[in-house]
Amino acid sequence: MKVGDQNMNSVITVEALSKQYKIGHAKRETSLREHLMGLMSLSFLRNKQQDETIWALRDVSFSIGHGETVGVIGRNGAGKSTLLKILSRITYPTSGAMRVQGRVASLLEVGTGFHPELTGRENIYLNGSILGMPKKEVSRKLDAIIEFSGVEKFLDTPIKRYSTGMRLRLGFAVAAHLDPDILIVDEVLAVGDAAFQKKCLNAMENLRAGRRTVLFVSHNLAAVENLCRRCIWIDNGVVRMDGDSRPVIEAYMQSSTSNQAAAADFDNFPNRRGNGKVRYRAVEFLSLEGRSQKVVRAGDPVVVRFHYAASEPIPSPSFGFRLYTDLGTLVTETSTWHHSLPVPLPQSGKGYLDLEIASMNLMPAKYSLSLWITDMDGSMVYDNVENAVMLEVETANIYHSGRDLDSRCGLVFFPQKWNLSGTLEHTVPYRDTLAV
Amino acid sequence: MLPAVTPRPFIAARWCCEPNNYPMNNDSMSELWRFRELLYFFAWRDIKVRYRQAALGAAWALIQPLFSMIMFTLLFGRLAHMPSDGIPYPIFCYCALVPWTYFSGVLGLASVSLTANSSLVEKVYFPRVLLPAGTALAGLIDFAIGSLLLVVLMFYYHVRPTWALLFSPLVILMMVMLTTGVSMLMAAVNVRYRDVKYVLPFLIQIWMFATPIIYPVAMIPVHLRGILSLNPCWGMVNGFRACLFPGQPVDLTLLGMSAVMTIALFIGGAYYFHRCERSFADVI
Repeated sequence: MKVGDQNMNSVITVEALSKQYKIGHAKRETSLREHLMGLMSLSFLRNKQQDETIWALRDVSFSIGHGETVGVIGRNGAGKSTLLKILSRITYPTSGAMRVQGRVASLLEVGTGFHPELTGRENIYLNGSILGMPKKEVSRKLDAIIEFSGVEKFLDTPIKRYSTGMRLRLGFAVAAHLDPDILIVDEVLAVGDAAFQKKCLNAMENLRAGRRTVLFVSHNLAAVENLCRRCIWIDNGVVRMDGDSRPVIEAYMQSSTSNQAAAADFDNFPNRRGNGKVRYRAVEFLSLEGRSQKVVRAGDPVVVRFHYAASEPIPSPSFGFRLYTDLGTLVTETSTWHHSLPVPLPQSGKGYLDLEIASMNLMPAKYSLSLWITDMDGSMVYDNVENAVMLEVETANIYHSGRDLDSRCGLVFFPQKWNLSGTLEHTVPYRDTLAV
Repeated sequence: MLPAVTPRPFIAARWCCEPNNYPMNNDSMSELWRFRELLYFFAWRDIKVRYRQAALGAAWALIQPLFSMIMFTLLFGRLAHMPSDGIPYPIFCYCALVPWTYFSGVLGLASVSLTANSSLVEKVYFPRVLLPAGTALAGLIDFAIGSLLLVVLMFYYHVRPTWALLFSPLVILMMVMLTTGVSMLMAAVNVRYRDVKYVLPFLIQIWMFATPIIYPVAMIPVHLRGILSLNPCWGMVNGFRACLFPGQPVDLTLLGMSAVMTIALFIGGAYYFHRCERSFADVI
């Protein structure tokens, strides 16, 4: 079948796309010597490197219609970036075919090609040109770009004097005015402060409203769900699921959390990092009586027990974790380091740490925990398990009001009490206070 | 707010992915044309950046060939009494040094242009050839500045150009083609083998002595001239001299051979570059 003739409306058509990387060749510096050695078949002098190959993408097929906004999700190394790079023509597929119609702007990085010695204004032109905007168009939009970036005052300053934030804003200001038919965005939003991220999301929202086609890769699942009606989940180089965002994101979250809430066992956990000198074995949520719970009730006290095993003495490890919502928003992070608490492990063996939480102040929802153990200055990672455990917080009569709360009320609630001593019944009337 | 979608001719980006399919067709040519502005921007960036922080600025474009000329004049003209076809040695030498400085300078910068811009190559699509080509274009500014001094020297030494000067655009074109051709080759090789970095200074030095810059062609035995004129720089340097100085003996066969080599290097360089282009982002 010829590419692209089955659907007149599709602007991106991808068929059986595969990309193979040779790992042995992927070293950054290849030297001629190795190849000459190879030619002379002096194999004993060659560095021991096999041409291992990996498939970054395998048989990926989909098509995207005009005006669709599609999110691409998946774990690190699943092949998302490779796919975007192929779609934006930076790299070429090993086999398969694709067809892209329309002006493509791909933002794999904000401010690509900025030169530190050039001024802000000069960089706007340079960056615009690199991203495919004609000079005339940049001139026409210059005022809008400058206004969007908010760096008017420093426009004639070399950008090496800019802060990272300013550089980022300038970069995104150019990108936001690209006005492409198809926009490909990779993880750009992972950087920058909250206000900046909001600006980026708004700009993308505008693109969507303008019936442009947007392809968006992000780890921020909430943003993906907000922006994209459709989602493609890529896992190990293949399309695992493709469809409406909500079910795809849920399935993805399910798969990346080992599903036993009570005590997860990590011995065979995928995507684990760290040197393993000390590792997590399991995590339990205990009630005050020491019973292991599958579900924690909102407002209840809870003890989180982290089981570990050390294979050798570790002088000063730091145990910690991050708690995420099921859409990937970070709720909190804590560790023994934050408490400046030394945890000397003088000998190898197994043990556990208890984190006592007086009240589980989370709104009812599903959360996931990512665990880590590093040394005290964070330079050495002993263990890192992403999305290790799922924590399910159950609705409860938190305020003793008989009213159940749920995730619509937000993420957290405060230990709180209303004080009514200043209400009308007990104080002087408003008018009198004014007269004083 | 974004305006509504303006009707714009769809640019179809489409390719089939057979491993040995490297078409160099109208599509790639029209794409180069679409990206022509970026070529100017790369050249403009090179020029701006090069002179922005240098205290002497564009004067460096003069100082380099000028000081080489003074050194060679003292060394070969005065001490070794090198013959120079009846032309005053300083201008004889300088006239060859201007194109040579362009060639060697651009080659040095262009061969690392892809690796120096690796973040661009990894993150944005554009015809990669614009990077070495932009360097070659930017080099023309230095070449023009160097040529101004050449004009001054011609007045000083009372060298009166003839109608042959009209051929100089052709010679400059050959110079640019030769430089771009070798640059494309070296830049592409450098992506895979960083050895280029070490080989190049050495290669440029040998190449310079293989080219009649500090000595006249007349010093070369006749039977060797045929082989030496396979060096395309031979034609470049002799072409410049033939354009500028009256009464120069011009061997059109030898010049023609150099020209053929220049064109071959240009096409070969472009072809090799095009073949490697697709893997740049993976290998760099």
